[in-house]
Amino acid sequence: MPQTPIISCRNLWKLFGANPEAYLTKMPPGHSYEQILADKYIAGVKDVSLDVHKGEILVIMGLSGSGKSTLLRCMTRLHSITGGAILIEGQDITNLEERGLIELRRSKMGMVFQSFGLLPHRTVLQNVAFPLEMRGQSKHDCRARGLEMIKLVGLEGREDYFPRELSGGQQQRVGIARSLAIEPDIWFLDEPFSALDPLIRREMQDEFLRLQAMLHKTIIFVTHDFNEALRLADRIAIMKEGAIEQCDTPDQIVLKPATEYVSKFTEEVEKSRVIHAETLIDPKLKATRNPVAAHATIHAIAQRIVEDDTAAIAVAREGKIIGAMPRQAAFDILMGRGDAQNN
Amino acid sequence: MPKITRITRLGRQTQMGLLLLLMGGAITLAQAYLPDFLHRLPSWSDLWAAGLDRFFSWVQNDLGLIYVTRAIAGWLGFLIDAAANILYGKSRWPRIDALPWSAVTALVALMGWYLGGWRLALLGGFSLFWTAMVGQWKWTMETMSVIVVAAPLGFLLGLGLGIASWKWARFEAALRPILAILQTLPFFSYLLPAVIFFKVGPTAASVATIIYAMPPMILMTALGLKQVPQEVVEAGKMSGCTRWQMLVRVYLPSARTELLVGLNQVIMLSLAMVVLTSFIGMPGLGAKLLVMMNSFKLGHSFEIGITIVLLAATLDRLSKAWVVKQPKHFAKGTPWWQRHQAWLICLGVFVFFMLMAQIFPFLNQISRGDSFSVGKELDVLIKAFLGLGFVQVITGSIRWFFNIWVLVPTEQGILYLPTFAVIFIVSGLSWLLGGWRSGVIGFVFFTGVAVLGWWDRAMLTLHATLTATLLAMLLGMPLAIWAARRKRRSEVMILICDIAQTFPSFIYLLPAIMLFGITPITVILAILIFTMVPIVRYTVEGLRGVSPEITEAADMSGATRRQKLWYTQLPLAMPTIAVGLNQALMFAFFMVIIAAFIGTRDLGQEMQRTLAGTHLGKNFTLGFSVVLIALTFDIAINAWAEKRRKILGL
Repeated sequence: MPQTPIISCRNLWKLFGANPEAYLTKMPPGHSYEQILADKYIAGVKDVSLDVHKGEILVIMGLSGSGKSTLLRCMTRLHSITGGAILIEGQDITNLEERGLIELRRSKMGMVFQSFGLLPHRTVLQNVAFPLEMRGQSKHDCRARGLEMIKLVGLEGREDYFPRELSGGQQQRVGIARSLAIEPDIWFLDEPFSALDPLIRREMQDEFLRLQAMLHKTIIFVTHDFNEALRLADRIAIMKEGAIEQCDTPDQIVLKPATEYVSKFTEEVEKSRVIHAETLIDPKLKATRNPVAAHATIHAIAQRIVEDDTAAIAVAREGKIIGAMPRQAAFDILMGRGDAQNN
Repeated sequence: MPKITRITRLGRQTQMGLLLLLMGGAITLAQAYLPDFLHRLPSWSDLWAAGLDRFFSWVQNDLGLIYVTRAIAGWLGFLIDAAANILYGKSRWPRIDALPWSAVTALVALMGWYLGGWRLALLGGFSLFWTAMVGQWKWTMETMSVIVVAAPLGFLLGLGLGIASWKWARFEAALRPILAILQTLPFFSYLLPAVIFFKVGPTAASVATIIYAMPPMILMTALGLKQVPQEVVEAGKMSGCTRWQMLVRVYLPSARTELLVGLNQVIMLSLAMVVLTSFIGMPGLGAKLLVMMNSFKLGHSFEIGITIVLLAATLDRLSKAWVVKQPKHFAKGTPWWQRHQAWLICLGVFVFFMLMAQIFPFLNQISRGDSFSVGKELDVLIKAFLGLGFVQVITGSIRWFFNIWVLVPTEQGILYLPTFAVIFIVSGLSWLLGGWRSGVIGFVFFTGVAVLGWWDRAMLTLHATLTATLLAMLLGMPLAIWAARRKRRSEVMILICDIAQTFPSFIYLLPAIMLFGITPITVILAILIFTMVPIVRYTVEGLRGVSPEITEAADMSGATRRQKLWYTQLPLAMPTIAVGLNQALMFAFFMVIIAAFIGTRDLGQEMQRTLAGTHLGKNFTLGFSVVLIALTFDIAINAWAEKRRKILGL
């Protein structure tokens, strides 16, 4: 890709232990997680290389202890980095000193936390305006911008409430408003909806997608919920023991899980609801008649797939035909027999 | 596998402890054949005292510390004088002269109402109303004038040191032993240096008070800052906070609860200490109480005691209500006078009473002559009651029984033991309780006591504290076990203990003196009442803290009540009870020293004598004897509780 990535991790390492830097330099390459553990170090992030591009939603998915939050905290430099490098818009922040870090966070980064991380002694408005206040913006600016953000997340009328007077979902809306107050380019969300109950979670996911449709941020989203990842992600990075097992679009992960570990997650998923028509396009096939929309899921065009009798179905984006997909493959996915022949 | 190694290590610990105990026993039995120095070390107390005196005089004069402290004393004196002018009209700057009692009382009642509703309004209002009515307003304000200066300063200093110890691990490591010593240092050792460096009276009193009240604030600050949730900290960092912004805008406000709990403790300890500083010429409630008790005026003592108790309850409840008081939002469009309603009402009422006091002098000052004090009548009444035949029989026989059967034999026993036998026995017990570290510390510390040269007096102190604490356990534990059976009862019991714990220690002498006059039993009784509080409290808490699943499991296993208590509840509650016992011992060491003015023969008596002069060295060797004894118990019991907790997975 010609554009410089917004975030670029290069052979990133984060070890926890007595003297991680020294250990990493003398550690033989290719040491496994268990071998490192035997030396009394924990590999939080293990040799991760990853690019995130402008306007993209990258979801980091993994079970607890897989290192997903650690990776996120390396990108924000809440954790120091043991080895490798992180570049933000081409600028190396691996060893950025305190002053520079503060500047970077004040201008480019916003973050949402699992348990909200709200300041209990401040009202909703004061919480939302907190990052602006830290930058030293005028009282009037803080208030105006704060109110605007509160309106954006639908909490008008609650400006003067204290966090403990709000429900979990509302508290997280405050967290979201705060993280967006400085108009960051990069938006970090660390399991933002995990502490909420399922119905609210769904609602907040919709809210999140609505906001992203308006704002087009570059997003790093951490979750342990595979379905949430499928629903929100442009790309998913699945982590295990500090390393990335697979990083790809939801369609490709479901269609072609790279490792056995990944396929454990995909097994349970109803693939026809994840895979889109355009993913199945086969350049060898041709069809022009009556195209289906590229961004439609297989499940959404189920009737067409069942009733059609041609070998190939045309796929179009915004009315323009971009290719054709094999009907049989789509049918197999619909019937839940998708994985075998695609590998 | 790990279980097996633990058992063998426990075995070794037991062996070593028993061996030390045996050695102690052997020395005792063979003391007739042993050289003299094993029986009692020659006393080097004068040597130490002279050395320390030379050191202190060097610090004071050659190093010039006295100029620094005198400068501080000047500033402190200025603040206290200003407070004294406003509170009781001492003729100093700012020459506003005493606020009318009615205005202050109304203000305190309103504060109580704002912080905790009508109950606290009633408590605060009544306390001060009582004070004025019995004619103790001026004494109370004398006491308060030091508290209003010492408590904020203690809070700020504690806050600063707390932040420092949270920020720099090395500073904390250096501070911790100092705090441990400060918390066990007998209060007479606070007083003498305060007198020498800061003159007699309120200034020295406030210095001693600040130093005495500060340690819990330091600990609470460090604790509160450590407990700020990681995510809140990260949210602050991601908001681009500088270090200063992090501290002031994120950490300190988030630790609000702990900081206010610290403030509550500072206030309560200040009150306790200010009352005691009457020993160094601090006027106020403490001084009056001391005089009245010394001259056996029981009625007046009783009245002052009630005032002190009410004052303590008011200060405690009000500051605790502030801890739980959370800010609340106002609906949109609330006019400003409604937002600041509380302030406006306070101002209005205050001004109203100020004006009324100009018209009705009765609302301004109530002199002692005009008061409704019934001290004399009470005195007659109490003494008549104590003079009743059956009362005298009861108190007399209790006194006789304890003297002949408990106090005298145990005291003779502990004095009979050779020094080194005691050292071995103590270190053996510590070893059994807390492992090798506690054992070694016990050995070193008690050897230290022997070397400091006040052995017999130290043994008398030890005897009084141990006897009283054991008696308190015998009485307190069954009471606590009974209370812990029912939820409601435990709540009431904890509440009683909570209230009792806020009373300045001085108060506990009062009932003891009233019942037994000025006798050795009085000392034991005062310590006993004082130490019952933590013992009951922690026992109830420990027993109630046992998870219901475990007691239900015991019930379903067909355990009787006794079996349930013995096999499940007590073992699980033991670590908590041990903490209570430890606190009780610390309280006992504190009390036994105060009781010196009743006429004990232990370390405290000798310390009180040093207050009259400038024998700083002697005061310190005595003080450190107490510290060494107290710390030995403290370390061993805490180590045991900690270990049990780990084993039980609590």
